[in-house]
Amino acid sequence: MLSRPATETQITHGRRLWLYVVVALALVFLVVPSLLVIPLSFSSARYLSFPPPGWSMRWYEAYLGSREWREATVASFVAAGSTTVIATAFGTLAAYSLATARGGLARLIYAAYMLPLIIPAILIAIGTFLLYAQIGLNSTLLGVVLAHTVMALPLVVITVAAGLKSYDMNQELAARSLGASRPIAFLTVTLPQIRIAVASGALLAFITSLDEVVISLFVAGGNWMTLTKRMFNALRDEIDPTIAAISSLLIAVSILLLGASQLLQARQRTSR
Amino acid sequence: MPGADPVVPGLNERALAAAGRRERTALAALALPGMAIITVIALLPIVWLFWMSFRNSAGFTLEHYLRLLHPNYLLTLKTTFELSFLVTGICMLLGYPLAYLTAQAGRRAAALLIVLILFPVWTSLLVRCYAWLVLLQRRGLINSWLIDAGIIDAPLRLVHNFTGTAIGMVHIMLPFMVLPLYATMRSISPDYVRAAANLGASPMQAFRQVYLPLSVPGLVAGVIIVFVLCLGFYVTPALLGGGNVMMWSMQIERNVTYHSDWGAASALGVVLLVVALGILWMFGRIVGFDRIVGAK
Repeated sequence: MLSRPATETQITHGRRLWLYVVVALALVFLVVPSLLVIPLSFSSARYLSFPPPGWSMRWYEAYLGSREWREATVASFVAAGSTTVIATAFGTLAAYSLATARGGLARLIYAAYMLPLIIPAILIAIGTFLLYAQIGLNSTLLGVVLAHTVMALPLVVITVAAGLKSYDMNQELAARSLGASRPIAFLTVTLPQIRIAVASGALLAFITSLDEVVISLFVAGGNWMTLTKRMFNALRDEIDPTIAAISSLLIAVSILLLGASQLLQARQRTSR
Repeated sequence: MPGADPVVPGLNERALAAAGRRERTALAALALPGMAIITVIALLPIVWLFWMSFRNSAGFTLEHYLRLLHPNYLLTLKTTFELSFLVTGICMLLGYPLAYLTAQAGRRAAALLIVLILFPVWTSLLVRCYAWLVLLQRRGLINSWLIDAGIIDAPLRLVHNFTGTAIGMVHIMLPFMVLPLYATMRSISPDYVRAAANLGASPMQAFRQVYLPLSVPGLVAGVIIVFVLCLGFYVTPALLGGGNVMMWSMQIERNVTYHSDWGAASALGVVLLVVALGILWMFGRIVGFDRIVGAK
């Protein structure tokens, strides 16, 4: 096995064993630290020790028993859900518009949609904070959702635009020549065929909002204190294993969403 | 592309052209709602910050920018660049082999590797910071393992300093290095390397003279993304640096929350934006913007 050629260069597996070691270590480095949090969340001890001295659910009870954590969780999920609806709807419309438009203007609009990915988040955060201070949107649901929508829109536009690239617009033309109006043709012919891309975009929008930290630090608060802002403050002050319980739940959400997105992509590949 | 009406010159030509224009306008308008949100919530306030960075109570001024020459700010600038270079370098060293093997793996193995590489991206930033705090702090897991094993006597200072911040940032940036590299490497045909081997190149020669140059665009894209993200990074340095690592973005936050000094904050922000966009623009011309933006 080790003396067999590994690639077209005829290098053998044995001679590039070091490469496998480096990659294995890199993968461990990427994946293991986050997963270590899960057993710790079931520890019976307050101090950190691995493996834990005993098992208990006390940190989950502490989390669920705290009104502040519960409210922050609800706030975050409400904000993420609302962001997903707005960003997916507007992002899909924009991607559709850009796919049918031609020329320099379309490129310019696409570039403008990408700006939130490029501009450092701290800058968007203080700018939005400044704006919200004038119009009273700080610490409101609308304020948080609009700010998160800004961050989610580019991802939805990228994902849906990629889906539209492999879709033949002439199908819509055929529907319209048979009497369908453009909105009807879009809803009944185009949308069903790009639904996987739209769903992937929606998942990305949801996770973007749920995980957004920097902007939330500035514009969230009061009744609309997000989970990330509360976690950030807790991590800065003192670390108590309640965070491990919350982290484990968030990891479960991440795995669920990542799994869903990989499943969607696999289905997209096989449906072609 | 309005309906199927045939064009009859001189009769309905103009009406069709007008209908076409109306339709194109309507289509372009579909991009407006999202554009409006981005413009009002993010872009206009940044223009406002730009304006504020040149104003004081007397009118136009450069004082906010001149203040950035203070040694404190210069030290922050130095830390920010040092950390960004270091993190980008480590990401290159780890990311290249990772992308290389993933690009060569079979379909199933590659799918698994991609999931493992994407897993951190989908995991909350704060969860990952917490994990590193748990591992690296004074009474954290790594120190207690090392002490129990008898390797060290006193705990190492692994976090709340430059080291911990660098480790946490590499963890977050590595996938952004791997993904553009992987995309580029997958499009390199194995035939080139096979041809080199057939012509007598050793594995090392074939890699260095054929494969490596072909993978450079992906490497450049990865380096640019990671470097620019590092420059503006806030969360990880704020948590893992423990106040001992002052990044550019943290100076901005400090000036707003502690001092309400919008002049300094906006000047710092404008400099950060100009540097970040400048780097992207420069390298966007070299490797193409699509590669940089599309890699997310």
